[in-house]
Amino acid sequence: MRKCIYIFLFAVMLLPACLSAEVMEDRLDNGMKVLIIEDHKAPVATFQVWYKVGSRDEPAGKRGISHLLEHMMFKGTPKYGSKVFSQMIKNNGGVDNAFTTRDHTAYFQILSSDRLDISIELEADRMRNLLLDPKELEAEARVVMEERRLRTEDDPQNLLFEEVIAAAFKAHPYKYPVIGWMSDLSSIDRDDMADYYNKYYSPDNAFIIVVGDVDAGEVLKEIRAAFGPIPKGAARPEVATEEPEQSGEKRVYLEKEASLPYILIAYHVPNFPDEDSYALDVLSSILSGKSGRLYRNIINGDKVAVNAFGEYLSDYLDPMLFILGGTALPGKDIEEVETALIEEIEKIKRIPPLEREVQKARNQVEAAFIMGQDSLYSQARVIGSFEMLGGWRLKDRYVDGIRNVKPEDVQRVARKYFVKNNRTVGILMPRSNSKGKNMR
Amino acid sequence: MKKAILILMLLAVLAGNVSALDAERKVMDNGLIVLHSQRTNLPMVVVNLLIKASPLDVDAKKAGLADLTAGMLSEGTGRRTAEQISEEVEFIGAAIGADADDDYTTISMSVLKKDIDKGFDVFTDVLLNPVFPSKELENMQGRIVGSIRQSEEDPQYIAGVEFGKAVFGEHPYGRPVSGSVESVTVISRSDLVGFHRKYYAPNNSILSVVGDISSDELMDIMKKYFSGWTRRDIPMRPTYEVSVIDSPKIIKIDRELTQANIVLGHIGIERKDPDYHAVSVMNFILGGGGFSSRLMQRVRDELGLAYDVHSFFMSAKQKGYFQAGVQTKNEAANKVIREILVQIERMISEDVSKEELDGAKAYLTGSFPRRLDTMSKLSGLLAQVEFYGLGMSYEKDYIAGINKVTIEDVRRVANKYLYPDRYVLVVVADQDKAGIKDSP
Repeated sequence: MRKCIYIFLFAVMLLPACLSAEVMEDRLDNGMKVLIIEDHKAPVATFQVWYKVGSRDEPAGKRGISHLLEHMMFKGTPKYGSKVFSQMIKNNGGVDNAFTTRDHTAYFQILSSDRLDISIELEADRMRNLLLDPKELEAEARVVMEERRLRTEDDPQNLLFEEVIAAAFKAHPYKYPVIGWMSDLSSIDRDDMADYYNKYYSPDNAFIIVVGDVDAGEVLKEIRAAFGPIPKGAARPEVATEEPEQSGEKRVYLEKEASLPYILIAYHVPNFPDEDSYALDVLSSILSGKSGRLYRNIINGDKVAVNAFGEYLSDYLDPMLFILGGTALPGKDIEEVETALIEEIEKIKRIPPLEREVQKARNQVEAAFIMGQDSLYSQARVIGSFEMLGGWRLKDRYVDGIRNVKPEDVQRVARKYFVKNNRTVGILMPRSNSKGKNMR
Repeated sequence: MKKAILILMLLAVLAGNVSALDAERKVMDNGLIVLHSQRTNLPMVVVNLLIKASPLDVDAKKAGLADLTAGMLSEGTGRRTAEQISEEVEFIGAAIGADADDDYTTISMSVLKKDIDKGFDVFTDVLLNPVFPSKELENMQGRIVGSIRQSEEDPQYIAGVEFGKAVFGEHPYGRPVSGSVESVTVISRSDLVGFHRKYYAPNNSILSVVGDISSDELMDIMKKYFSGWTRRDIPMRPTYEVSVIDSPKIIKIDRELTQANIVLGHIGIERKDPDYHAVSVMNFILGGGGFSSRLMQRVRDELGLAYDVHSFFMSAKQKGYFQAGVQTKNEAANKVIREILVQIERMISEDVSKEELDGAKAYLTGSFPRRLDTMSKLSGLLAQVEFYGLGMSYEKDYIAGINKVTIEDVRRVANKYLYPDRYVLVVVADQDKAGIKDSP
């Protein structure tokens, strides 16, 4: 580790090789990959199991089943009852949680490194032996409906995001929200859930990441003992749908009680590690931050927006979107924000960005790689994301790719993807409170 | 009130048993307290400067002044324009941020080791030489007004603001840290200059530095960049009285929402209260312990009526508050409010079980190493321990304090600090559907 630091200081180009060397990789006979990074700065470790299943894999009428299954994973097995896993982690001063995306579902614990045996034993147990009690399932579906009300229905900006994604995609299942639909959530029964669980939760469709104060060899031995006996699953269908090219601007409007108008402008773009993905990432950097173009020109310069962003959704299994967005400053029209956002891209189409802007993006990526290692959890999460996209070693390719981006590349991708026919515009039109006066 | 939960989490953090608070403490000639912990696992440094300047030092008419002063530091200095500051910081992948909280202002920085000089050069420039340019101030005020308007879309924000007003009355803790639309717009440049001159003094501040920097290197930095910072007389900080209301106060706010956003609570305890440890254990069992808390078990697991339900004690320099919070579909609001009150009453009328007590203590003590496992967490914590006068042996004292708590203590502090008949209840909901009862 120390050696690593000095190599970095003296020869920046050696950084990727150096970062990669820390990962110990192994594959069990049942197909499950294990990645371990030793980091001894504190007596703590994170244990993560990533399953290669997400909302992209869901059948019609069962949207939200991946995420609902994530909730059910905390509801016990015959050996360890409902919430017992979480309770054991808590009694040892740790935390545990999980997240579901369009592509994957991951479970993690962060705890004292000498209690990693709890994670290993109980994750292996619930990979295979989930109870899926129908009563618990019914209650948990209600919990998820509350989650949907909380995060989507009562949050106008998030609801607009859902509308824009749904409009931008017509074929690919990315169009569906991870949280699912109310009607689907109430129709998912125990059999649906058991089928889905048996189909996707098996060692050959998962990988494990351990980062922390551990002895890699010892941990691997324990993982082998616990997960090794779990058999491979049957073959699973892959989502083969490709989103057809868009040939015309799409516009969607949402009317909700809100205070300020808000806009999202989404363009179809390739995902990482496409050759163009690095320049798209740099473009996002050039637009972002307080020294970025959106802040300088739209927020502080023209003063039309309270906030504005340009986000590249790159870490998806299939091509996703580059999204520009912003909230209008009180008194400004949302059309002004739309014009200003598009103009920032047009400027780059006309004149390539400055070399200094591209260099700044490179510096930020490298600094973020180092600073990201301050947290065990985010180290593991970065490794997991790259592993999902084809292999954790892609991390090195990413840093190299960013390093090789030239200002002309940024101009080229702006010209290639940021065209009117390829965009979907969503606008939140605030409707004032029709509910009358506040009551006391 | 903005970052109340965060404060609590940082304070709750001070648990456990690991020699992680092994910082060196020095008082400089100008009165600045410097806390330093060298960590060489990554080539980076994290800095937190805590200044005793907060809404407690600001008149109600100018609410938001402390936060606005902090926010304006990086909008121009004698040597750099706002654009130069953000460009220099972001070009090296570093970050400098400043904001105010209930009790103090924090200026923080994370920077790679190789850029330490550049980092401290900019850091001290914004700290010591801000000029608060009028044009930038006007822009900033416009953006704050916009973001307050945007926050007003968020039912939880609305509930929090109303709760603060009702519980704290004229006490500054009852006002949002960022101020109101009215108060922010009347703040003038001379207010900022005056506030900065009065309170941003070395003898009113604590500097915490964690990372790959030796004691000698830090002292060189201190000499080079901080020696021009001179001691000043600081105005006395006023203290404010608050009292518990004598009967329940119910505030209903009508919005087009699918969920009722409910907060219920009252005055709590200050950070230095000798009952702090017993209260922490008691609240963990009631609603602070995530999935293992009674509120979560009952409202989420058994009833399926919420995604999240929790309670906390925010404990600051001058008092604090207790709050339980939940979102549930409008129609279930009365039932959930009733359930929260039942659980509060149970804490008062019954002993907790030995199992609950042991679980809470195990978590609060055992989570210590995990909560100090990054440079940023440690740096923030060191400054807070100093500010609240918790002492360099805090970790030991905290563990001992938690371990001492008995079942009788929990019952005693529940009786003393929970008021199930003198609370403020705020419900932001579709009131027709929620039909909140006047005596829940």
